[in-house]
Amino acid sequence: MIAGSKAVLAGWGGYPRQFAQTITPLSPSGCLASLRSDLPLIARGMGRSYGDSALAGHVVLTHALDHFIAFDPSTGVLTAEAGVLLRDVIRLTLQQGWFLPVSPGTSFVSLGGAIASDVHGKNHHTAGCFSQHVISLTILLGSGEQVTASPTELPELFYATCGGMGLTGIILSATIQLAAVRSVVMHQQTLRCSSLEAVCQAFSEHSQSPYSVAWIDCLAIGLRMGRSVLILGRHAQQGGLGITLKHPMSVPAFSPDWLLGRPVMRVFNSIYYAKAMLRRETVVGLVPYFYPLDALGHWNRLYGKNGFLQYQCVVPEVDGLRHLRELLRRITQTGLGSFLAVLKKLGPANQNFLSFPMEGYTLALDFKKSDDSIALIRALDGYVSEIGGRVYLTKDAVMHEASFKTMYPRWQEFESVRVRYNAVGRFSSMQSRRLGLA
Amino acid sequence: MKRIVVFGATSAMAQQCCRLWAVRGGALYLVARDPDRLSVISQDLRVRGARMVVSEVLDLTMLDRHASVFHNATGALGGIDIVFIAHGSLPDQAACEHSVERTLAAIQTNGISAISLLTLAGDYLEQQGFGTIAVISSVAGDRGRASNYVYGSSKALVTAFSEGLRQRLFRSHVAVVTIKPGFVDTPMTAQFNKGLLWAKPEAVAIKIVRAIDARKGVVYVPAFWRLIMAVIRLIPQALFRRLKL
Repeated sequence: MIAGSKAVLAGWGGYPRQFAQTITPLSPSGCLASLRSDLPLIARGMGRSYGDSALAGHVVLTHALDHFIAFDPSTGVLTAEAGVLLRDVIRLTLQQGWFLPVSPGTSFVSLGGAIASDVHGKNHHTAGCFSQHVISLTILLGSGEQVTASPTELPELFYATCGGMGLTGIILSATIQLAAVRSVVMHQQTLRCSSLEAVCQAFSEHSQSPYSVAWIDCLAIGLRMGRSVLILGRHAQQGGLGITLKHPMSVPAFSPDWLLGRPVMRVFNSIYYAKAMLRRETVVGLVPYFYPLDALGHWNRLYGKNGFLQYQCVVPEVDGLRHLRELLRRITQTGLGSFLAVLKKLGPANQNFLSFPMEGYTLALDFKKSDDSIALIRALDGYVSEIGGRVYLTKDAVMHEASFKTMYPRWQEFESVRVRYNAVGRFSSMQSRRLGLA
Repeated sequence: MKRIVVFGATSAMAQQCCRLWAVRGGALYLVARDPDRLSVISQDLRVRGARMVVSEVLDLTMLDRHASVFHNATGALGGIDIVFIAHGSLPDQAACEHSVERTLAAIQTNGISAISLLTLAGDYLEQQGFGTIAVISSVAGDRGRASNYVYGSSKALVTAFSEGLRQRLFRSHVAVVTIKPGFVDTPMTAQFNKGLLWAKPEAVAIKIVRAIDARKGVVYVPAFWRLIMAVIRLIPQALFRRLKL
């Protein structure tokens, strides 16, 4: 069964927009029916990738494929359809002592989307990416065949699909290993770091901490450049397992320009930085710890109607400090930069062909969409590709093909897997065409 | 825990209500047409915590099969606390306008089959002396509109019938809840552009389950539709017939 519609779609950043013919399959056989037209299509879960990776002329919406298939509370192994939200997984499993092994910044992400983006979280250095906890997945191929892939079964298809941006087929379901937790409480420690150097050193010193992430003040210049607050976290042993996931308050409309303007943000950053001094050790709820922005529905509207671009890159660990400094210098110089950036030290890369994380420092920030910010991002792309770094495809909306192919040298292997599994000409997005994938 | 029979269990609203009942550990008897989806949904509800899920594949336009469902469900669940009638389909109004066959088929699906189930459920629960019947009608049943009067009149039948049944069963301690959803973003309404008035089935389901718990009479979901429909009902015929609604 299929329901069809037409809509103008955009990613979470609101740029670009694309008119799409959408279909909402109610079952795997509905997905199969969607393949009958010969037009290439892309699967879309919650539309939380920022750019154009879930945009195309034909889009398969997976939100009705939202059924659990199995959960074993004695082992923490969960099987669910691809449209199930991570939020729903938490709601089901946390009270039984199981939590996501890897959490992206929002719980409003579908299981299929988390796999296709191979999302990472604050524990990348200790737990790797989401796909590293996927035991197996089922995928609908361009041939109409439904197959199971895992690290041992059709491994190439598995490694291409994880982080493969939906370009190998439609992920129908997955089995994942959850992580045992004893409490819904997190111990959080905040450390003020007065410079970029200090925060990089602090990351190394605290590499044993299960979770770590830093907020950088991008408005600070000169000696204070890169001043940061490093936030470490670990699961508490006590505190119970009951939670309530509240419905978020929504940003009702697009906000005025001044709200995220420099004067307001300079004040915000100073307060944020100063506050870190006052409260070093705190106890935080698991939900606000992992998903602070989930409390505010449609927060992307804060950037106004034109939308925004999120930029996330990783620079190799060797010379990482120098590269970060150069990136920050270029950003602050243009004055376009977002006021706040997120910095994290990542662990080693995994085996997937297109997964983003690699050993080094990742920096993520927002830009209001404008011609200038697009030009800046492309210049940053050039720099990052030259030094052997990468840009996260889930956030990308503007990268040139050449930068992509330098950053992701295994793209040809990825393409050959797509050829072998009939994905070419069947699955494509605005992004994949922009990046020169068949 | 509650024992619930759900007609049209694969519908988006019914599914979301069932999930809420499953979390409470309810026992569910699901009736729908599509066997594959019914089995996927049954399994989902078991994982979510339903104490028991039994399903029966049935096209509800086959009225002569309705009575057996109550018999089967009683056998499976050991009794019935709630009967939830949620099946339906949105007919193609333009196609119905010049086709008696299509119009009557739409009324059969959305109106007559619900009347059959209401009658059977009413007798069953009346004899039992307790229980709740909940039926999904629609705000579309409050007034006939050019754009949707075939569906609307089917639902008007359901609304009036359930209102009478509510009176009849009041003394038998059986509640009849008439649920009137407004615009809900479901596969049934996928072809419409969604604006501010549209609600998600998850949110609507919370209200429905709450209304059933409270044994309400008529409930609009979301609640603001009560106001909208009150205003629409006040429009005099002389004006109403000129409107394009």
